[in-house]
Amino acid sequence: MCGATLVLTTSLGLAVAKAVESDAQNAAAAGRMSTADHSKFPELDRVFKTGPEVTQACLICHTEAARQVQHTKHWTWQSKDPKTGQVRGKKNIINNYCTAVVSNEKDCMACHAGYGWKDQSFDFSVQKNVDCLICHDGTGTYRKLPGYSGHPVYKRVEFPHGSGKFVEAVDLRKVAQSIQLPTRSNCGSCHFFGGGANGAKHGDMDSSLQHPGRYLDVHMDEKGLNFSCTTCHATKRHEITGSRYNIEAARTGEAAIRGKSDENPAACQACHSNKPHHQARLDQHTDHIACQTCHIPEFARNDIGTELSWDWSKATTMGPDGKRMVRKDSAGRRAFDSQKGEWKWESYVIPEYRWFNGTSTYKVIGDKIDPSKPVQLSEVGGGPEDPESRIWPTKVHRGKQPYDTVNMTLTVQHTGGEDSTALWHNYDWQKAIGTGMKAAGLPYSGKFDFVETELTWPITHMVAPKQDALSCEQCHSKNGRLKDIEGIYMPARDGSRWLDIIGWALALLTLIGVVVHGAIRVVNSRKAG
Amino acid sequence: MTVERIYVFKKFERFWHWSQALLIIFMLLTGFEVHGSYHLFGFADAVAMHTVAAWTLVGLWVFAIFWHFTTGEWKQYLPTTEKVVAMIRFYSVGIFQGAPHPYRPTVLKKHNPLQRLAYLGVLLFIGPLLWITGWFYLFFGDWKAWGVDGLLSLEWVAFFHTAGAFMMLAFLIAHIYLTTTGHTPLSHIKAMITGWEEVD
Repeated sequence: MCGATLVLTTSLGLAVAKAVESDAQNAAAAGRMSTADHSKFPELDRVFKTGPEVTQACLICHTEAARQVQHTKHWTWQSKDPKTGQVRGKKNIINNYCTAVVSNEKDCMACHAGYGWKDQSFDFSVQKNVDCLICHDGTGTYRKLPGYSGHPVYKRVEFPHGSGKFVEAVDLRKVAQSIQLPTRSNCGSCHFFGGGANGAKHGDMDSSLQHPGRYLDVHMDEKGLNFSCTTCHATKRHEITGSRYNIEAARTGEAAIRGKSDENPAACQACHSNKPHHQARLDQHTDHIACQTCHIPEFARNDIGTELSWDWSKATTMGPDGKRMVRKDSAGRRAFDSQKGEWKWESYVIPEYRWFNGTSTYKVIGDKIDPSKPVQLSEVGGGPEDPESRIWPTKVHRGKQPYDTVNMTLTVQHTGGEDSTALWHNYDWQKAIGTGMKAAGLPYSGKFDFVETELTWPITHMVAPKQDALSCEQCHSKNGRLKDIEGIYMPARDGSRWLDIIGWALALLTLIGVVVHGAIRVVNSRKAG
Repeated sequence: MTVERIYVFKKFERFWHWSQALLIIFMLLTGFEVHGSYHLFGFADAVAMHTVAAWTLVGLWVFAIFWHFTTGEWKQYLPTTEKVVAMIRFYSVGIFQGAPHPYRPTVLKKHNPLQRLAYLGVLLFIGPLLWITGWFYLFFGDWKAWGVDGLLSLEWVAFFHTAGAFMMLAFLIAHIYLTTTGHTPLSHIKAMITGWEEVD
C-alpha cells in the first residue's frame, strides 16, 4: 500500500485529504503517485496465458497479498453479523436482483476477485486464484464476462452470444504492467453494474461516478476534491473499510485521525465529526438524523437512474413469435426481457426514510418465509427508542420472485448458462428451480409460485454540495420527507390537533367578542349622540 | 366635564411597552409558522428570527425587571379585589350607556383592578409558561447533558409552548381592543406614546 492511501493514513482529516486529493487530478494520478513503476519490472515483461499466472508473478514481491485478500469479503463473499451472528454475504443471501449465486457461479463470478469459482467445489485456499488485476488494472481493458467463472477472456469471443459483437482477448502483459492503486473505475467495474445493468442495484453508485461533477458528488468531483473510493474506504491489508453489511449508523464524537486502527474511516463523521455545522441547531439534528438524510436529497441523480423493481413472474413470457422478447424504456434502460421479467427504473429518486441502527437482517438461502406479506430480503434494524439509531435514507427495491409453496422457502434457480436446465436458455421454471435447489442442497416440493419481495438498503453515496442539501421545510412541514417517521416530535410536522382547535377558537371568540362589544358601543354612542 | 392630564407612563416604561409589543407580535407571527400553521418567511428564517426575537426579549426583560424593582413600579401589579365587580359591570353594561369609568388612574395606581389582574396573569402565568417551555425548546440538544432527557418530551414542551402562545394571542386581541375604552377611543394609546393620560 503506497501513494495516496499512505499519505492519507498519516494525515489529519479533511483539510489534508483535500490537499492530497487536489494533486490527484485524474485517475492516472493513482499510478503516478506510486513509488514503483510496474512497467519496469522484468517479472511482468513476459507473456501471460492466464490470470492466475499474473497473480503468481505479483506474489513474487507482494508475498502476503493473496492471503490478505483471502480474508476479505471480496474473496469469501461471506460475512458474519457481529451482533446477531447471522452468516450473510453474497454467497449466502437471496437478493431482489439475480436472486442467488448458487448454481450460477459461472456468470456471477465475473464480479468475484478470483479465478475459477464455477461451483461449490471451489478451493478458497489457492493463492494464485486471487484476481489482482480486476482492482489494480490501469489500462481500463481488463474485463470479466459472465460465463467464465471469473476469468477474463483469453480469446476473442462473441458477446453476448449471437449478438454479432466481439470482445477482444485481454493483453495480460499490458494490464500487469499498468498496475496502480484502485481508481473509481476499478471499483466501479463491479459496483456500478451490480444487478446486471449500470446503476441497477445501488442507486447511489453507477458509471457516472467515473467522471463526476460537483453536483453529483461533492467529494468525488473530478475538478475538485476528486476523491477515489478508497479515500473514504481506506484500506489496510486489502481489508476495505465501510461495508454495507456492518454500517456505523450513529457515529458520534470528534473527527478521527486517519489511520487509527480502531476507527472506521468510511463514516462521514470520521472527517467531519458529528457536530460539523458551526450552528448549534443544525448540529443537534445529528442526534437523530444521519448525515446522508439531508446531504443526499435524491439518489441516481442522472439519466442512468436506478432500478426500483424486478418482477420475475413476468419472465418466460415469450413474444408473439414464440421467441425471446426484449423491451427498453424511454430512457433506454431494460424494461422487459423474456429471460428475466419486468423492470421499473427511475432517476432522481427521493429516498424512503427509515430508522436504522447499522444492522440489517438478510434472507439467506433456506430461510422460511411468510408469503402473505412482502418478504423482507434485507431489512434495516433500529427504531426511535434505540440510541444507536438514526433516520437514514434508503433505497427500497421491490420485486417478485419464486418460492416453494410447500416448503415455504424462496427457491434457488439456475438461470445463467446454455445447458439443458438454465432458465435463460430453456425458459422453463421447473427445470431451473430443480437444478438450483439441488445445487443449494435444499428440498424442493415441485410446486412454486411468486411472492412479493422488498430489499431495503441505506443510501450513502452521491453526497450533494451543501447548497443542494435538504432545506428545513422539506422535513419540517405537514407532508414533508419524514412524514411517515414515527417516534419523534418535529416542529411544523407535529402538534396536537385539539390544542390547535381550542387555541384558534379561543383567539377567534375573543376577536368576535371585542368586535361585537365595539359595535354595540358605536351604535349606542350614535343613538346617544 | 373637565379633562385633566396626568403623567402616567415614564419614558423607559413606554419604550419597554412598545418594543415588547413589537417583539411579541413578531414572535407570534414567526412562532405559529414554526408550529406549521402557515408559510410566511419560510421555516428556517422563521426559526432563526423567532430565536433572535426571544433573546432580544430576554435582554429587554432584564432591564424591565431591574427598572420595576428599583423604581418600586412593581407594586402597580399587586392584585386587589376593590372595584373589580364595578369594573366588570362597567365593561359589560355601563360602557354601552355612557356611564362614567369607575376607576380613575393616578400616578401611584395607574392600572385599574382588572388590568392589574390581567397583567399579573400575563406576567406570572402566560409569560413564565412561554419562557420556561421556550428555554427547553431552544436547548433541546442539551437535554442529555442537563440530565433531563428522561423527564421531558419535546412533544409536551412544544404543546405547552403553543398553548401559551394561544393565550398570549387572545390577550393581545383583548388588550388592543380595550385601549379604545378610555376617555376617547385613542386616549389610552396616546398615553402610552406620550406618557400623558387624559382622565375625566
